[in-house]
Amino acid sequence: MNINVLFKKKKPKEDKMSPDFQPQEPDLLYREIHMNGSPPIRMEAKNLTVKYGTVTGVKNVSLPVYNEKVTALIGPSGCGKTTFLRALNRMHDLTPNAKVTGEVLLDGNNIYAPRVNPVTIRRKVGMVFQKPTPFPTMSIYDNVVAGLKLVGIRNKAFLNEVCEKALRQAALWDEVKDRLGSPGGSISGGQQQRLSIARALAIEPEVILMDEPTSSLDPLSSSKIEDLINDLKKKYAIVIVTHNMQQAARVSDNTGFFYVGDLVEFGPTDKLFTNPSHKRTEEYLTGKFG
Amino acid sequence: MKTLRQRNIRDYIMVSLLVLSTVLVLTPLIIIIGYVIINGLGAISIDFFTQELGSPARAMQGRPTGLVHSILGTLVVDTIGVILAIPIGVGAGIMLSEYPEHKLNPLLRVLNDTLNGMPAILKGLLAFAIIVRPMGTFSGLAGGVALAFVMIPIIARATESALLTIPWSIREAGLAIGLPRWRVVMSTIVPAARTGLITGFLIAFARAAGEAAPLMFTSFGNNYLPTHWTGMIFGPVDTLPQRLYSLAISPYAEWHTMGWAAGIVLLVFVVALFTGAQLLTRQKAL
Ligand SMILES: Nc1ncnc2c1ncn2[C@@H]1O[C@H](COP(=O)(O)OP(=O)(O)OP(=O)(O)O)[C@@H](O)[C@H]1O
Ligand SMILES: [Mg+2]
Repeated sequence: MNINVLFKKKKPKEDKMSPDFQPQEPDLLYREIHMNGSPPIRMEAKNLTVKYGTVTGVKNVSLPVYNEKVTALIGPSGCGKTTFLRALNRMHDLTPNAKVTGEVLLDGNNIYAPRVNPVTIRRKVGMVFQKPTPFPTMSIYDNVVAGLKLVGIRNKAFLNEVCEKALRQAALWDEVKDRLGSPGGSISGGQQQRLSIARALAIEPEVILMDEPTSSLDPLSSSKIEDLINDLKKKYAIVIVTHNMQQAARVSDNTGFFYVGDLVEFGPTDKLFTNPSHKRTEEYLTGKFG
Repeated sequence: MKTLRQRNIRDYIMVSLLVLSTVLVLTPLIIIIGYVIINGLGAISIDFFTQELGSPARAMQGRPTGLVHSILGTLVVDTIGVILAIPIGVGAGIMLSEYPEHKLNPLLRVLNDTLNGMPAILKGLLAFAIIVRPMGTFSGLAGGVALAFVMIPIIARATESALLTIPWSIREAGLAIGLPRWRVVMSTIVPAARTGLITGFLIAFARAAGEAAPLMFTSFGNNYLPTHWTGMIFGPVDTLPQRLYSLAISPYAEWHTMGWAAGIVLLVFVVALFTGAQLLTRQKAL
């Protein structure tokens, strides 16, 4: 069942098959890429700069996020990976002193354009944080469907279906199916992290951002999440920040290397890891610093 | 370097001082409770809870008299106060904690602190000006409004600090699944902070329930039950703290005893409420 069925009034324009329906004019670059037959770009940062007061988090970063591919962001601590990731779903809006300049295109449209509602952006660009963040007073079930239930979807059958699907995708269903009513905080840390992923998947975003999703997990849970990422990329565009080089090499198709706020290098993971074009990248990968 | 023995002695002295201060805190409390009970128990009877006070002659001649009208009046006035104060106080608290960047936030903070520091009798005057004057009569409603002014700033600050204990990451998690900000606050942050909120309501209520001053020219007082219960809301009505005061300054010994008894009822009322709410929050806590 498509989720939009339940938002009768809010049905996106694209669904209207009226003869006078005109699709929104996509950005030129976006169209060009589609015409060239290269992998479609889901998101693209263009000259993105984020400043915290006088401190620069990232400067002038341009980076594409391809559909059905995993993009890894690597680099030493404090070099702007989280800052960049949070700019992709307007998470900086609530940081009082953060200022974002430049553009982030989602399907060709700038998410920082005036009158764009950050809430609609975040429904298309989901995020999983470093630490698991189950909603404290909610059951496992309510945690998973929170993004639907709390915007007014009450259809039980639909919610049940979404819940099971999301938990299966997050490889958590078998472990919790008999206790969906117990509190979200009552499961292990690794399970809570997969619960957070299920919660992000339940709203069927287009892009999933993950900030060091396995850094607080044991190897077994980590590998489950890596499997999950491999699975999810069939359907979503994924951006993952990781400090684990092996993990970046295992799960990603493209990798960006950040260093002190700059995107030093971006390219196919194989090439970046085996034959980096920048000295800094090579030094970082070989453990000379970082 | 001190020897182990010296450190042990110091530790012993410190603990003794702590015990001493605990005793000093508890002693007046125990004396008050004990004194109130000893003096008031004599007036507690079925009549006390079923009869209205009437004129002093009733008590002097041994006719049935009691404080049912004050007890019911207290319930009515306090309920009105709580119904008004909780939504406004919680709303202000949410504004203080969740919307720090809002233009009105600093102003609200200053006004709230000012209201909190204002003497309670001025809050009574305020309620007199905005309710009693236009309505042309003293009323339980005006008393409730005056008590709400006592509770609102306390509830607002308690709500703010309760909400601030919930980690920022929970808010971000809510925003990240595309929930609007107010939805995140109402559905995840407020429920998570409920124990703190209820404690805040209780502290505010306990403070307001004992106030006599703001009621003097709002609910005014009454020796009788009104003929219809709506008279308690729209007409002058009696309350325990204020009745306690007027009984105590009366020249009749019988009324003095009834004043002590009013104190017992007020104490039991507040203690019962605290215990009840404590049980409630403990039960619901995960
Ligand atoms: N809220 C903030 N206010 C001020 N400065 C910040 C804030 N968040 C991050 N910064 C600064 O921005 C820079 C980039 O931080 P960021 O968190 O993006 O790094 P990171 O690459 O994610 O590091 P790590 O690998 O340790 O998570 C750092 O210098 C950091 O101190
Ligand atoms: Mg980070």
